[in-house]
Amino acid sequence: MKLTGNAYRFAPNDDINTDYIISGRYKFKIDDMNELAKHVMEDIDSDFSSKVQPGDFVVAGRNFGCGSSREQAPRALKAAGVGAVVAKSYARIFYRSSFNVGLPLIECDTDWIANGETLLVDMDSGTITSRKSGRQVNIAKIPKTMQILLEDGGLISHLKKHDGFLLEEIAEK
Amino acid sequence: MGKTIAEKVLTSHSGKECHAGDLVIADVDFCMSQDGTSTMMIRELESLGFSTPKTKHGMAVVIDHSAPCPSVDVARIHSKIRRFASDKSIPIFDVGEGVCHQLVPESGKVQPGSLVVGADSHTCTYGALNSCSTGLGSTDVAAAVFTGKLWLKVPATHSMVVGGAFSDRVSAKDLILDVIGKVSCDGATYKSVEFSGESIDGLGMDGRMTIANMAVEMGAKFCPFGFDGITREWFSSICTEVSDGVKSDCDAVFEKSYDFDASDLVPKVAKPHAVDNVVDAAQLSGTDVHQVFLGTCTNGRLADLDAASSVLKGKHVKQGVRLVVAPASRKIFLEAMERGIISRLLKAGAVFVAPGCGPCVGTHAGIPSDGDNVLSTANRNFKGRMGNNNDVNIYLASPWTAAASAIVGRITDPREVHV
Repeated sequence: MKLTGNAYRFAPNDDINTDYIISGRYKFKIDDMNELAKHVMEDIDSDFSSKVQPGDFVVAGRNFGCGSSREQAPRALKAAGVGAVVAKSYARIFYRSSFNVGLPLIECDTDWIANGETLLVDMDSGTITSRKSGRQVNIAKIPKTMQILLEDGGLISHLKKHDGFLLEEIAEK
Repeated sequence: MGKTIAEKVLTSHSGKECHAGDLVIADVDFCMSQDGTSTMMIRELESLGFSTPKTKHGMAVVIDHSAPCPSVDVARIHSKIRRFASDKSIPIFDVGEGVCHQLVPESGKVQPGSLVVGADSHTCTYGALNSCSTGLGSTDVAAAVFTGKLWLKVPATHSMVVGGAFSDRVSAKDLILDVIGKVSCDGATYKSVEFSGESIDGLGMDGRMTIANMAVEMGAKFCPFGFDGITREWFSSICTEVSDGVKSDCDAVFEKSYDFDASDLVPKVAKPHAVDNVVDAAQLSGTDVHQVFLGTCTNGRLADLDAASSVLKGKHVKQGVRLVVAPASRKIFLEAMERGIISRLLKAGAVFVAPGCGPCVGTHAGIPSDGDNVLSTANRNFKGRMGNNNDVNIYLASPWTAAASAIVGRITDPREVHV
């Protein structure tokens, strides 16, 4: 899979929690992800949802998606058009949920990425490249389980396609 | 090779000898979801053609986060959840019964040695009951409800040995804040965390739940406490017979081990806007407080209300400070009433909101104003968390510190207030 888009960076850089991704002010009363998408990242970048273009990347440091289990976080990012999150590391629940709903997460060093620059992600060769500087960095290999979920279009599609967890076969190996 | 609690529980639930790092498909015993996460789960279940939960002990849904509901939009979401529960004969805890992480344990559905998943990050609270329980997104919970199974990676375990005894007015909340401050908010990501040692052996279930509740604030997946006499006694208090539960083997392999001494511990506060931004309460004695919140799945239990009321007894909240209280369940509310705790708090100037999440997540009752400083017994102090992003500062502390600070009107070490 290849992705191209512009990088968005935020303050804080580390520990961007799911409250910041989508605030409880909205997520408890709005059940439509396209509506929620209008408020994504609002508490740390008030006009993010009006700037972001389809395929763009949310770029961060460590522990992205920590805090609440709200699945509205990856769903609203996806509904806003975010093509992938690029971060040094992820919190556990957000990590699983993102692949479950079909939002790719790229894990790599991110210190070198400037706000606004165009990035090319090649998940097959395992690289991320800056279009402007040409700088290329390796991305962590996506675990087999998560690759299967992405290819199947998320966990529910996976269950429907295989009539249960195909992952059972992986677990046996 | 010996096993940790996580390795034992995932071995018994997958039928496969497993150790840290293995991937398993495990049988799930029980699931829960709440009003902020249920609708996505319901939609996924409907798309799968769901009829009844396949998990061993079924599931429950809880309306606690925006309860009673503050708007028409939320009311409609609550109606959807009630219809689902009614159509599928799913047990529901409705408005005013309490917060999910008190109601689920009180229901007796979480057994020692069981595997539980919930669509709420603080599902790790049930680790106090000797279970492996964890928070997940709504889609994972839907998959677990529908198939009765879930894929899980067996986590490595970090051991936290806590020696010594707690000093007066120093509590489990101070310990877990101290731990998170030291290991950081991603210091235990993906890990199972086991607390043990002299101070944990003597700690009641309310304190154990406070600690397990906040394990996710350092990134942990599970926080199972070893089964002991206190676990057994707690289950008999809810009239539930249990087997012997699970303990780590003495030759279990821990990825990391930490030593803490409860007797050195002083009252702690997590400063805005991160849970691992922890200092001694005494260092913040000049900080004004406008609202104090006592409650939540972290600190809304009987021991917590009792601690606060013992500090506030015969005293009054400082003029200009709002003290908002949300008991963790109706059962706790009633018991606190019978013990005179509620009247002590009311006489001191407290305002009560319905048992449930209260103002913790900013959806209703008790939203702070611009520029307010809030001292809360909850588990998160993120910017905007309580419903207002405009220069609101949330400080996290124990019920003792909350009560002392409400009296003084500034963040106060509770040992400085005389009974």
